[in-house]
Amino acid sequence: MLVDAAILVSGFVMIAAGIGAVLARSLLVSILLSGGVSLVASLVFLLMGAPDVAMTEAAIGSGLTTVVYLYAMARARQPDEEDADPLGDAVKGGRR
Amino acid sequence: MMRRVLVFLAVAGLAAALLPLALGTGVPEAPGALATAYLEDAPGDFGAANVVTAIVVSYRGFDTLGEVAVLFAATAGVGAFLTRKRLGIGDAEPADKPAATEILVTATGLLTGLLVMFGVYIFLHGHLTPGGGFQGGVVIATALLLGLLARPESKLSHGILSAVESLSGAAYVGMGLAGAFLAWGFLDPRVLPLGRIGSLVSAGSIPVIYSLIGLKVGAELSGILDALKGDRE
Amino acid sequence: MSILEFVSRINPVAASGAVLVLVGVWGVLARPNLFKIAIATSVLETGVNLVILSTGYIRGRTAPILDSAADASTAAARMTDPVPQALVLTAIVIGLAVTALQLSYAVRLRAAGGGSSIESYGDEKW
Repeated sequence: MLVDAAILVSGFVMIAAGIGAVLARSLLVSILLSGGVSLVASLVFLLMGAPDVAMTEAAIGSGLTTVVYLYAMARARQPDEEDADPLGDAVKGGRR
Repeated sequence: MMRRVLVFLAVAGLAAALLPLALGTGVPEAPGALATAYLEDAPGDFGAANVVTAIVVSYRGFDTLGEVAVLFAATAGVGAFLTRKRLGIGDAEPADKPAATEILVTATGLLTGLLVMFGVYIFLHGHLTPGGGFQGGVVIATALLLGLLARPESKLSHGILSAVESLSGAAYVGMGLAGAFLAWGFLDPRVLPLGRIGSLVSAGSIPVIYSLIGLKVGAELSGILDALKGDRE
Repeated sequence: MSILEFVSRINPVAASGAVLVLVGVWGVLARPNLFKIAIATSVLETGVNLVILSTGYIRGRTAPILDSAADASTAAARMTDPVPQALVLTAIVIGLAVTALQLSYAVRLRAAGGGSSIESYGDEKW
């Protein structure tokens, strides 16, 4: 019963973080919140008695995925604001 | 406006299809017949203490082979997309990368060896404790990433990464074929002696196969990071 | 039916996972930025993994690893279902591969001179 209550509370935290990740204007905040969703999901996996899956989700979801997003954003010269659409502003600087 | 209505209808339709299923199914009382058979037969058949490892490597080993193939295809795709030529970067990258801070450099010097050892520990003990090839491979890729962050001008050696990846993939299939010829089927771990359950040298060839999977996954994830960083030729 | 009875009847993991799937689908459909679509796909994949694993959640049981807590003779009576765990292990790694591919598409489109909103690719012709 206690485990069920803990899983439900973690579920609410995950859903709140997920909605925050979709609604946030700043892309960095979205990336960190999606890493937070993965971290709480790995806690839920541990509470349900699946330690293998919890380790994999913690390492991949909130470790490597965040780094992959950050590298990709840096390589694409993407500004932090979601709605900024620098059309034609390519990586080499103004090449059309 | 029309787009918002359509999006709302799509999400509402999916909710109407999904939520009764998710809220209506309760929690099962006992595992099914197949799961019970796996739980009862795995220690006797293969001598593995971690039943999930026995399922991933031997009972459902073909699915893992397919998954390693999918990961290879994704890594090849990312590497082919993001070569330096296609990104439009010339040979001389402008040297404006800021140097890493002193804390990062010092900590990386201390931690890299420990991280690699931890990753090897995880996939060598995959049949005894929670863990295994995928987790150990990710930890090794994280150790290589830490090295990349501490020295921004260094590059991962593309030749060594592809050699490790190809050789461990070939050895994985080779162990599977050895199982087909020397034991009872493809990827059967009984080619090596089963040993005593709970000791490090046990469970046949399961630790060997999982170590090969761990090396391959680590090399592939490092290749993805390398390509996204923009250093791939 | 009181709150307590309702809570004890549903599967909490399946419920959280299903709502996360809906949040992820809404994020993919409603936001035009390429990177935001990749982030929403990642949330969607976490939700799907939760839903798959929820079929193996049995109350009051321990992990399917044989040690002093559950040895071989009482294995099947004290362990959770190991088959969905093996499936989700594969699914998590493939989720990372799909995210990396999506991001490499976005980087390549930007490097070729395009914008970062999916609206600006509306009139691409074959």
